[in-house]
Amino acid sequence: MGKKIKKSELKTDWSYSPALESTDHVRIPAINDLFIDGKFIPPIKGNYFKTINPANEEKLADVAEADNKDVDKAVKAARKAYNNVWSKMDPAERGKYIYRIARLIQERAREFSVIETMDGGKPIRESRDIDIPLVSAHFFYYAGWADKLEYAFPGKMAKPIGVAGQIIPWNFPLLMAAWKIAPALATGNTVVLKPAETTPLTAMKLAEIIQEADLPPGVVNIINGDGKTGRALVEHPDINKIAFTGSTDVGKLIMKSMAGTGKRYTLELGGKAANIIFEDAAIDQAVEGIIDGIFFNQGHVCCAGSRLFVQESVADTVISKLKDRMESLIVGDPLDKNTDIGAINSKMQLDKIKMYVKIGQKEGASIHQSSCKLPKKGYWYAPTIFTDVSQSHRIMQEEIFGPVLAIQTFRTVDEVITKANNIPFGLSGGVWTDKGAKIFQVSKAIRSGVLWGNTFNKFDPTSPFGGYKESGMGREGGLEGLMPYVNLV
Amino acid sequence: MKKREDIKKTYKLYIGGKFPRTESGRYIKWTDPKKATTVNICRGSRKDFRNAVVAAREAFCGWSSRTAYNRSQILYRIGEMLEGRRSQFMDELILQGSSKKAAEKEINLSIDRLIYYAGWADKYQQIFSRVNPVALPYFNFSYPEPTGVVSAIAPNESSLIGLVSIVAPIIAGGNTVVVLASEENPLCSITFAEVLHTSDVSGGVVNILTGHRSELIEQFSSHMDVNAIVYCGNESEEIKLVQENAALNVKRPIVYSNENWHNKNTQDPYRILNTLEIKTTWHPVSI
Repeated sequence: MGKKIKKSELKTDWSYSPALESTDHVRIPAINDLFIDGKFIPPIKGNYFKTINPANEEKLADVAEADNKDVDKAVKAARKAYNNVWSKMDPAERGKYIYRIARLIQERAREFSVIETMDGGKPIRESRDIDIPLVSAHFFYYAGWADKLEYAFPGKMAKPIGVAGQIIPWNFPLLMAAWKIAPALATGNTVVLKPAETTPLTAMKLAEIIQEADLPPGVVNIINGDGKTGRALVEHPDINKIAFTGSTDVGKLIMKSMAGTGKRYTLELGGKAANIIFEDAAIDQAVEGIIDGIFFNQGHVCCAGSRLFVQESVADTVISKLKDRMESLIVGDPLDKNTDIGAINSKMQLDKIKMYVKIGQKEGASIHQSSCKLPKKGYWYAPTIFTDVSQSHRIMQEEIFGPVLAIQTFRTVDEVITKANNIPFGLSGGVWTDKGAKIFQVSKAIRSGVLWGNTFNKFDPTSPFGGYKESGMGREGGLEGLMPYVNLV
Repeated sequence: MKKREDIKKTYKLYIGGKFPRTESGRYIKWTDPKKATTVNICRGSRKDFRNAVVAAREAFCGWSSRTAYNRSQILYRIGEMLEGRRSQFMDELILQGSSKKAAEKEINLSIDRLIYYAGWADKYQQIFSRVNPVALPYFNFSYPEPTGVVSAIAPNESSLIGLVSIVAPIIAGGNTVVVLASEENPLCSITFAEVLHTSDVSGGVVNILTGHRSELIEQFSSHMDVNAIVYCGNESEEIKLVQENAALNVKRPIVYSNENWHNKNTQDPYRILNTLEIKTTWHPVSI
């Protein structure tokens, strides 16, 4: 135990030839303007910022930066569209527009996948098989709700709220846009969306689709910028609702700034999920699940299984298998179809991961890293496991948002439930066992919004997602996902 | 012959199933509108509140894991007990300034509201649960769970029906609560604790404090081991404070403004849902 396993020591040493996804069919405009009132328009102040490919640090495009006046313009467009068109439209017709968006995304899925991977650094395997298919599925699911809302809330009528300001993160750029836009439109609200500043490109492509779908101007407005733009949107007096996905720190700032305004909000914040593996679990399957739980999307996942609790009797086996599996992960070019782990989204995030790993070592935990070779250019981090971790360690308590797993052991069911719940977060969790009853018992006891039994990181538009405690409030997905966008009267 | 002197009641707090005086030793003089009767009410402190949260947290596990049927019966039992003590509440409501007719109406409504929520205690789960048709081989279901410990600022104006209207949905959902009674009319809020105490509600599930709203609202909204705060009132400064402090630990702030608690439209299962969390479980369906 504790010995680093070299690739040469593994029983199999297959190397894969590169299998690059082609990019020649993809068109990224050199300049991406603001999408307001159905048109692409330059920002009032004329400022642009660049977005780069984190895998090679090359510039992909310039993106318009929205300041307060641009935000105001977008909100006004959304208000006008809400008052004059969208809230008055026959709900069935509203639904048709959303179906149309879903279909157009399916038609252009590959283009979206490639851009998502180039702009954000995630492996093409994930953007192609997970992100983009889920985007169209999400629009497709909510489209059908538009004319069925009277069946969703017994005893109440669901009315739209008005203009929704939506702020989304960089880890699942287009998927988060879909999670926000689809239910808002289905319930009759109009939208001003602000994507993250490191991943604006697929949202701008979505703006093209919204034009193609002939959506009435102003129903969806997309503006880019950093935290300042987001703040202007949050503080705009004519916004009725804010939907935010991002860090718990920013979520708390939003709550404060919304206090006393009467605006509605939903927050999907950080997490530090417990992945619990019992001795009776199918160990190999569980190891795959743990790997997927923490290394999926470079660990840039709010529901990542970043805390692992292994029952003591199988800890040696599990940890040794985990190290083997970690060593075999392919880290590299996100556009390579063989790649398991792509680039870290930004320099800032890479620095944060490095900082936490240093903290982990300083606090006395044992570190194990893959010996994979990291590309010279771009932002990369080798998959990392920490053992000898205690409950009070910061790497056990704080969200790292990177490919770093902290492992603890346990003996009894009660012990692991206490340990798993000993954290301010409560977004997700995983239970691995051969006993169905144990899945029910443990998942009931974990104070989190989503629990996976013998699996991890599964998503579906019909399945509500969202946190307990400091992981946020409100749900996205499923029937619950309608609730944040309606007033019940 | 000398007329018999009656025994006056000492109004105390209700924390963890006990009736302590405030640890601070402070009191508030309460006088009825006719200036005929004066009562010393406990002026609850921040420490009383913290003690109450500890009691509520301790009681949470037991209360939330009771069967829905059992919780339903306990809420029904509270209704039964209130029915049996009508005359006591009549006296206090009248002393607080209600007419006889109004007092009777408020008591009837309070009992009916308890029975209403007793009925929901084993049904809201079915209204708010779903099986989600995911496109993967999992049995995926969502159901509501209590959010945890709730702090509540009861309505000032309607002391009995106001208290019942906010406490009943919170505990029907399996939460435990620390509630600040009406400051203007605290008498029957404390007497309501006696009803709870004889209704098989375990100690700590409902804790009732009296005191100054302006003094305690800060603690009620900022305590880090409280999961949600229910605020009843129309003061915009107070609402802002509650919502700002809620950000400290992402408490769910629930504000009921301009509510007429005598109105039937202030009772519905969505008020239970306000202090619930939806949990979604993915359970494998193939081996």
